[in-house]
Amino acid sequence: MLIPDNLFYTKDHEWAKIEGDNAKLGITDFAQSSLGDITFIDLPKTGANLKQSDLYATVESVKAASDVYAPLSGEVLKINDELVNHPELVNKSPYESGWFSIIKIADAAEKNKLMTPAQYKDYVEGLSK
Amino acid sequence: MFASTPLIDKHKNLGAKLAPFGGWLMPIQYSGIIEEHNWTRANAGLFDICHMGEFAIDADLSKSNLGDLLTVNLKSMPEGSCRYGFMLNEQGGIIDDLVVYRISDFRWMVVVNAATTNTDEAHMRKYLNSAAHFENISTSLGKLDLQGPESGNVLKRLVNEDPKLKYYTFGYFDLLGEKIIISRTGYTGELGYELYMPNKKIPQLWERILTDKLVKPIGLGARDTLRLEIGYSLYGQDIDKSTTPLEAGLEYFIDWEKEFIGKAALKKEKQEGLPKRMICFASGSRRSPRHNYHIVHKGEDIGNVTSGSFSPSLGIGIGMGYVSREVKVGELVDLVEGSVTINAKVVNKPFYKNGSIKCERVKNAYTG
Repeated sequence: MLIPDNLFYTKDHEWAKIEGDNAKLGITDFAQSSLGDITFIDLPKTGANLKQSDLYATVESVKAASDVYAPLSGEVLKINDELVNHPELVNKSPYESGWFSIIKIADAAEKNKLMTPAQYKDYVEGLSK
Repeated sequence: MFASTPLIDKHKNLGAKLAPFGGWLMPIQYSGIIEEHNWTRANAGLFDICHMGEFAIDADLSKSNLGDLLTVNLKSMPEGSCRYGFMLNEQGGIIDDLVVYRISDFRWMVVVNAATTNTDEAHMRKYLNSAAHFENISTSLGKLDLQGPESGNVLKRLVNEDPKLKYYTFGYFDLLGEKIIISRTGYTGELGYELYMPNKKIPQLWERILTDKLVKPIGLGARDTLRLEIGYSLYGQDIDKSTTPLEAGLEYFIDWEKEFIGKAALKKEKQEGLPKRMICFASGSRRSPRHNYHIVHKGEDIGNVTSGSFSPSLGIGIGMGYVSREVKVGELVDLVEGSVTINAKVVNKPFYKNGSIKCERVKNAYTG
């Protein structure tokens, strides 16, 4: 299970990569592996405002539709258009080409509510016990 | 506690994701549902179907009432043939859908769903008169399904002869020191076979078939997408005791010329009109309907989705479900759940029309 050490994580298996004032968002390797083949991703458009922990996107796999929650609050600056025709990128590369959105961070203090890579690793290991 | 397939260790070694199905812990996927689905449509897939139930019944039709328990016209079945049909309750509700094999004049095998094996057995024992001898052989007999356009060639290499089986017939073949039943049947819409082998030799048979380069193991996840693309019903999801074969659009498998439990109720329903009927629909996008989504027609909620999934072969969402009024092919429906609305069109089944199911040709291109 890949858990890059430069990201922050949620209990719902989303990640956030903080890049200055902005953050790139996506779902973790654990999430994509649990969902199986991803077939459709519904993302909020550029300009939408996300609120931390609120429902933000829907990911459909062959078997089911699953909710994705926003790791941080902020305005959507960019979405990954590649996912429209190639949702499988999330399975192949959940942390790189399978990213979901880039947002302008509304409140930098919110990252304190997220898990560090070490915490998330412990959390995931706890789940599979 | 779950029942265990004789292949549980093989599945674990292959890295399968396991999940409960019909009271059994079964492999849902190995490499991935889409990859396994596409492999089966293009080559041949091997499915562990040991969870399904098998009954051996000795019954002389002139003395036994076995025929009354099933919608299948047993008398018309030649030896070596299989038929799909139903066991109904008095109300016409489906106790199970099943396949009957005519082994000889007086001997039958009935293959039933895993989750319903015990209730089927209880129902049959309750109704069968003393002229029939009933035996549940599920715990000793296993089943592997070999499905896909290359399955005929694979089987030919396996049994060292051309199986020469026509659709919905079976024969006996020597394999691993046993004489086993292999039928030309399946649940994928592809040319395919079902192999019945004593459980103790199932692991050996599994290994042997997987040595063929054109065969890969396929989980129940892809089995579900493969069957849904053809519009086959899944018992417990699309059909159950609260639905009749008429409502499910399966009248084709009812023989009105014979007597069977539930016939009076079906006749009445046919006269009075169906309270609900199954429709099939395809979305215009990759977005897929799911079990229990509402079916909305002209602004009115008229039913629920029973099966819905992404179709790997077609690249769109497909599904089926019951609606309370007639909706014609080509009409538009919305599939709704919370804030999600999927636009879809009512279509005829099968969704996927290029299956090799009735292909009689056995290609000889592969010699490996």
